[in-house]
Amino acid sequence: MTAAPQAGEHTGRTIASGVFLGLGVVAFVDETVFHQLLHWHHFYDRSTPAAGLVSDGLFHAFGFFCAVGALFLLADVRRRGVFDARRWSGGLLAGAGAFQLYDGTVQHKLLRLHQIRYHVDLVPYDWTWNVIAVVLLVTGAVLLWRSTR
Amino acid sequence: MAQHPLAIAPLLLLAALVYATGLLAARRRGRSWPSGRAACWYAGLAAATAALAGPDSSFVAHMGGHLLLGMVGPLLLVLGAPGTLALRALPVRQARRLSRFLATRPVRFLVHPVTAAVLDGGGLWVLYATPLFAVVMHSPLIQLHVLVAGVLLAYAVVGPDPMAHRPSPVVRSVALLAFLAAHGILARYLYAHPPAGVPVADAENGAELMYYGGDVADLALVVIFCWQWYDPARFRVGGRRPPQPWRLGSPSSGRRVTHGG
Repeated sequence: MTAAPQAGEHTGRTIASGVFLGLGVVAFVDETVFHQLLHWHHFYDRSTPAAGLVSDGLFHAFGFFCAVGALFLLADVRRRGVFDARRWSGGLLAGAGAFQLYDGTVQHKLLRLHQIRYHVDLVPYDWTWNVIAVVLLVTGAVLLWRSTR
Repeated sequence: MAQHPLAIAPLLLLAALVYATGLLAARRRGRSWPSGRAACWYAGLAAATAALAGPDSSFVAHMGGHLLLGMVGPLLLVLGAPGTLALRALPVRQARRLSRFLATRPVRFLVHPVTAAVLDGGGLWVLYATPLFAVVMHSPLIQLHVLVAGVLLAYAVVGPDPMAHRPSPVVRSVALLAFLAAHGILARYLYAHPPAGVPVADAENGAELMYYGGDVADLALVVIFCWQWYDPARFRVGGRRPPQPWRLGSPSSGRRVTHGG
């Protein structure tokens, strides 16, 4: 009889690692692709409200803290031999989707802290952004659901 | 105004000598000391000295010095584990007195991550976002504050010295996060609101250096913080490593067993 690693043990840690990394990756992509490669956002937009400056700063710090922490959590579940790829990627996609959806709805539209791009018709950008977010979130949720059954 | 930029250099020299004395005393007492720790301490002092002696003609240069004095230097100094060295170098009675002193309330308050984050982050905002900057930019007291606040923060978050009643990793990460955010937000703020007497282009370059340079230093801090959680034994000075401590106490989570093999 083989003693398989117990499924319940460290499940939370595996999922947390995925979710945090997803969040960190979205924050990182936002910074590098939109700020530095496309220059759709600027280092400092004079039109950005003070609240936007504060929330951007918080999410920047939180994003890379999450990414680093997630990698150490991943190393931890791997050394314990309880890594479950499906569960982890489910967390990753769900975390990325949830954060992007939050960014696209609450931060962009509800609070109007910043926009995806300036001086253009935002409708196609917003739809693309949020549809990608929902697809990521749903895929992640399905993976998670199937991995924990 | 005409304060000498190297006014606090004697303190750094003193720190170098005291540490060296500690190394010799520890050796005389037959206690070993990892050379990597000593290297960190002296690299930290070198970074701080470079910040004091370096050019300060523009805001960019000033900001480079600020990063060395307030972030890189302090992190290296803390990794030098001066407290542990002192405990090894001092005779038992004095070492006990030192540990008792380090466990007193005022000291614990001072090295609490929240205190350190407020002193460091708050101090930076007061210094750069108020008219104070023009008056005290080169003041040795400000330099000392930047260095000490940086050391307190690094010590509170990743200090390898034994610490009484150390706050939990959650408290430490929240304080660190708050400081990281305050630092990044200040850098962006300075981009658009140059300190008094600083030309716009210079302020923009300095602010970008503060933002991205700060990120690099913060990244080091975050990586070390997480690594300490992952593998505490690696960071304990001269600590023995129990074999795979994460496997102890939960036999069911032991090594992976392949099915049907």
